[in-house]
Amino acid sequence: MIRQAWWKILAFVLLMYTSVYGFLVKVPKLDDRMQESIRNYFFHVPMWFAMTVLMSVSVIYSIKYLRNNNPVNDHYASAYAAIGSLYGLLGTVTGAIWANYQWGQPWSGDPKQNGAAIALLIYFAYFVLRGALTDEEKRARIGAVYNIFAYCMLFPTLFILPRLTESLHPGGQGSEGNPGLNPNDTTPAMMSVMFPAFIGWTLLGVWIATLRIRLSLLTEKKLADA
Amino acid sequence: MRNKMKALSLLPVMILMCAIAHAQSAPTESTDFMRSNGKIYVVVAVVVTIVAGIFVYLINLDKKITRLEKEGNTKK
Repeated sequence: MIRQAWWKILAFVLLMYTSVYGFLVKVPKLDDRMQESIRNYFFHVPMWFAMTVLMSVSVIYSIKYLRNNNPVNDHYASAYAAIGSLYGLLGTVTGAIWANYQWGQPWSGDPKQNGAAIALLIYFAYFVLRGALTDEEKRARIGAVYNIFAYCMLFPTLFILPRLTESLHPGGQGSEGNPGLNPNDTTPAMMSVMFPAFIGWTLLGVWIATLRIRLSLLTEKKLADA
Repeated sequence: MRNKMKALSLLPVMILMCAIAHAQSAPTESTDFMRSNGKIYVVVAVVVTIVAGIFVYLINLDKKITRLEKEGNTKK
């Protein structure tokens, strides 16, 4: 599966479609401030969607590792968490760029911004923890346990806590709607770009993760042979 | 080392491109395709280039890793 080409080609086609049609699709004029920047829905939002998918895959492999102690599963878990964190970082930075022009400043302490920052720091600690342990089995085991903890914090910090308070993110009026995406702001035409974008960016992340996995497996094999 | 040299050799090209971009910033009222619709197609071209570039890079990386994997298998 990970060496097959069809889903890599699919990722390319979907992202090409996104990056062409994302600029050309007719977008609703929501208010004078939003203007064309609503097109960030096709680039900023998929980062978060793809990140949650990649983190979910990562935690599945961590649980698998704890069940069967196969070190390959640890390689999978850490690679998916790494690319997921990169997507999270890109999501935060692109969000700050957008916020600078939409909310007046790059960081306004919006609950969702703070939540994303906390979630990312928790995941960064995962890599610090892994880096600090030299014994491979210990690193894999403690890493897997920590990864499950980090995953348990991901959804509250990104999706639940920001929902309990006022947020600048669309749909963020208390308990109304989904903080981050307001279905009333989007049109079917926009959806026809957003969903391919979600799948495309996710597949790109999976591809990069598989490359990391294959590289780390190769490195390990080389060390074992030497 | 070779890769570093490759990366460095790209630098003059980038500088040249910047210079060209500056030279072209003078307003020229033209109605060709790339300048229509508020020059949005220029942004499309930039983003397409970046995404395509990332994919070219990943394809190369994928090929290199596949080759290494094959080498490792034949040694045994």
